[in-house]
Amino acid sequence: MRFVALSVSAIVTIALIVVLNIQLPVGGSKTPRLGEFLSPQHGCWQNAEPFNKNFNASLKFPGLKGNVKVYFDERLVPHIYADEESDAYFVQGYLHAKFRLWQMEFQTHAAAGRLSEILGAKSGDKNFVNIDRFFRRSGMVYGAEKSLQELEANPTIKKQADAYTAGVNAYIKDLPANQRPLEYKILDYAPEPWTNLKTALFLKYMAWELAGKGDNDFEMTNAKNIFSSVDIEKLYPVFQDSVDPIVPRGTLYAAASNVVSPPAGADSSYFSAKDSIDPIINIKPDINNGSNNWAVSGMKTKSGSPILCNDPHLGLNMPSLWYEMQISTPGNNCYGATFPGAPAVIIGFNDSCAWGVTNAGRDVKDYYEIKCKDSTMQQYWYNGQWVTSTFRNDTIKIKGQADMIDHVAMTVFGPIIYDHTFANKLNDHKYYAVRWKAHDASNEILTFYKLDRAKNYNDYLNAISTFQCPGQNFIFASKSGDIAIRQQGEFPAKWYRQGDFVMEGQDSNYQWQGYIPQAENPIMLNPERGFVSSANQVPTDATYPYYMGGSFPPYRGMIINRKLTALNNITVENMMDMQTDNYNIFAEYGRKVLLKYLDESKLGNAELNYLDTLKNWDLKNDIDQLGPTIFKVWWDQMELATWGDEFARSKLPLKWPDESTLLESLMKDSSYKFADDIRTPGIETIGDIALLSFKEAVLKLSQLKKDNKLEWGAYKETGTRHLLSIPAFSRLNLPIGGGDHIINATKKDHGPSWRMIVSLTENIDAYAVYPGGQSGNPGSKYYDTFVDTWAAGKYYKVLFMNRDNAETTDSMKWTMTFVKG
Amino acid sequence: MKFISSLLLTALLSFAGALFFPWWIIAVAAFVVAILIPLKSGYSFIAGFVALFLLWGLQAFFIDTANHHILSEKVARLLPLGGSFIALILLSAFIGGLVAGMAALTGSFARKISS
Repeated sequence: MRFVALSVSAIVTIALIVVLNIQLPVGGSKTPRLGEFLSPQHGCWQNAEPFNKNFNASLKFPGLKGNVKVYFDERLVPHIYADEESDAYFVQGYLHAKFRLWQMEFQTHAAAGRLSEILGAKSGDKNFVNIDRFFRRSGMVYGAEKSLQELEANPTIKKQADAYTAGVNAYIKDLPANQRPLEYKILDYAPEPWTNLKTALFLKYMAWELAGKGDNDFEMTNAKNIFSSVDIEKLYPVFQDSVDPIVPRGTLYAAASNVVSPPAGADSSYFSAKDSIDPIINIKPDINNGSNNWAVSGMKTKSGSPILCNDPHLGLNMPSLWYEMQISTPGNNCYGATFPGAPAVIIGFNDSCAWGVTNAGRDVKDYYEIKCKDSTMQQYWYNGQWVTSTFRNDTIKIKGQADMIDHVAMTVFGPIIYDHTFANKLNDHKYYAVRWKAHDASNEILTFYKLDRAKNYNDYLNAISTFQCPGQNFIFASKSGDIAIRQQGEFPAKWYRQGDFVMEGQDSNYQWQGYIPQAENPIMLNPERGFVSSANQVPTDATYPYYMGGSFPPYRGMIINRKLTALNNITVENMMDMQTDNYNIFAEYGRKVLLKYLDESKLGNAELNYLDTLKNWDLKNDIDQLGPTIFKVWWDQMELATWGDEFARSKLPLKWPDESTLLESLMKDSSYKFADDIRTPGIETIGDIALLSFKEAVLKLSQLKKDNKLEWGAYKETGTRHLLSIPAFSRLNLPIGGGDHIINATKKDHGPSWRMIVSLTENIDAYAVYPGGQSGNPGSKYYDTFVDTWAAGKYYKVLFMNRDNAETTDSMKWTMTFVKG
Repeated sequence: MKFISSLLLTALLSFAGALFFPWWIIAVAAFVVAILIPLKSGYSFIAGFVALFLLWGLQAFFIDTANHHILSEKVARLLPLGGSFIALILLSAFIGGLVAGMAALTGSFARKISS
């Protein structure tokens, strides 16, 4: 009897421990290991940071050369003062790891195609193995490996990158398991050592985010099946009539020094060649990735000194992509937004000047159809003969399953991304290779290292001249009074529409024929109008002698230039108002054109009510307004009525035309071919579909009203979402206006990820805010400190002090000292 | 007296053990204490349960209070416990108590067989 009791009791106890010691599957995902997770000395409780935590510390590391002091201000922004440059980067790495380790590693795991290793093969509707294969087959790791060699070939940058990596690893090495960030405990894995390759991977990930915008080659190719080349020009125009380019219209450009022309026979083998492609998975960066930047010269400011502003629009994630810090060494003092995962300040300012970036959005990712001899892909046809492929054999580790080996054939064009093992859904045994600028060796850190130290315009030009990918509009302003902007990147010299569609990959004819010489990139220095600006619009007018490809939303650029032209005696407050401005210039034109075509006599009372609200709207996308929702819903219905019928002819992925395409067409022509619903016997006019779409819109709006989602803020639902999409770790339903085509480009999960205003007066006067917090720990009060300030359109004044002032000021709350030992 | 000693010793060994070993060291602690200090089986269970219920519950409570519930309310939405920090503290305490109680019960049965 006693044995029975003992046995039962022992079995129950052991079973209980085992169950609590493993991850349990629940509803498609897995729980943490609950025993450990709930143990106050091991689990999540250890991540509950005391509200009044003291961040003072004195630390010793043998790798340091001298002493480093770090002062943290009350926002937990570190101000690093190092005697030696490499020590500064060691400490930068250490602090990135201390406050953001999980995100650094997670983002680089994503870039390296290693998500299945930590998340398993699938979760919900996400197939991580396919996602991993997609990133690897895109050539992300291949490009990062090449960039790593380039980075390490530069002794200065190698030294800083090594110091950064050593700093990250110094933190990881001393990190007890119970102090690991919460996400490691939830997913049950451990951090691994940082490497310079991870830094390179992170930068390639940013290249993917930003230099994948023109990536519609498959969709455009499919469009050729249902649209004539004349229609394609109409649906996907290369230039918009209304655009106000970065470099103003009328600027003269020298003839192209690298003249390229389409291959003979391109009309039949490219422009009118038909193909149908539906890839297994084609992950694209957010279409909204963009940004604003502008700099006004001293002649337009109240202080007489230039002011530079920048707000990069990226995914609104928690922890934030950005980490704010100051890095000061005897030769240099700079401040700004840094990337956890990379050394240096990326967007910011120093004692002499300030800089910022917006995305160029040019197409540097093209696809080629490859003719393989057979399904082994050992040989492919190139320039009239069979050429032998090389292979990358990638081992994909999958949590809880056997490894998977992925064979990727490499061609002269690039990796074969889609083949019979990673197929076109149409299963037609075709092979597509991708050529992406990010495949090439490049050293982006060098640019930021030099910008951090730039003293004047020439230093700025020199710093950015080696920057290749992702192409950016680098803006600049200096205390000495210069303002400048240049679209920088290594851009392929393309013939008209080269790479807009999938190209033939059987010879060198369709390959990129060299690059646009750096000196021919669009640039502007101290223009008479007193400002430079960019907002992802096309960089030049149509007289620029190269084809650019890509995607260039015009409207933010128009409103920025309109406002900057009108403003004089500009103050920092003016710039804050402008960066957070909710005026909808797209609706200014769009409402006018929709109302012009709408026959109001055919509307009922309920419809007229909505119409009145729309007419009386002041065109501001503020959170409590109904006008923006009415306009948006009507516009979307109008697009559907215009194009829905034609696009329904194909089940393949297609590119929906840009909003500017419909607007400009309606402004130009009173009879628009696509207005007709081809499914009906009659011929519909613009007026017919304007009425129809308004009636449809009112039905939708009535439903929104019932759901309490008619007000713009409620309709838009802006939030900053945790990287694992855990709602409890996200900040949802934030009260912030703005939206598409608006300077305050805040959408559902996307928007100004860092707002910065720098007045280049004698003592630099700078303001910044980002939607996140300095700590990546959801259990810290510093996790989301800035979110409400950001949503309210407010800023923090930046503390930018030299070492002596930092030591004596009472604005600094904590001190960390790092000494050699 | 033996009950109180069992309870305190289990809590102490669990706390010290957790500094060096995984969370399930609490089961070892409760088991060993139940072997060392003779109690009726039911009392052994209660001593182990209460020891860890209090140890884990109080630790969680103090950590949570210092943290102003920032973490617990988030984790209590994730698990899901309706965002209640009290529920998360009680769940932690209960899990600790149950494991230690069962281990203590097993220890007490083992002691009876060997004696």
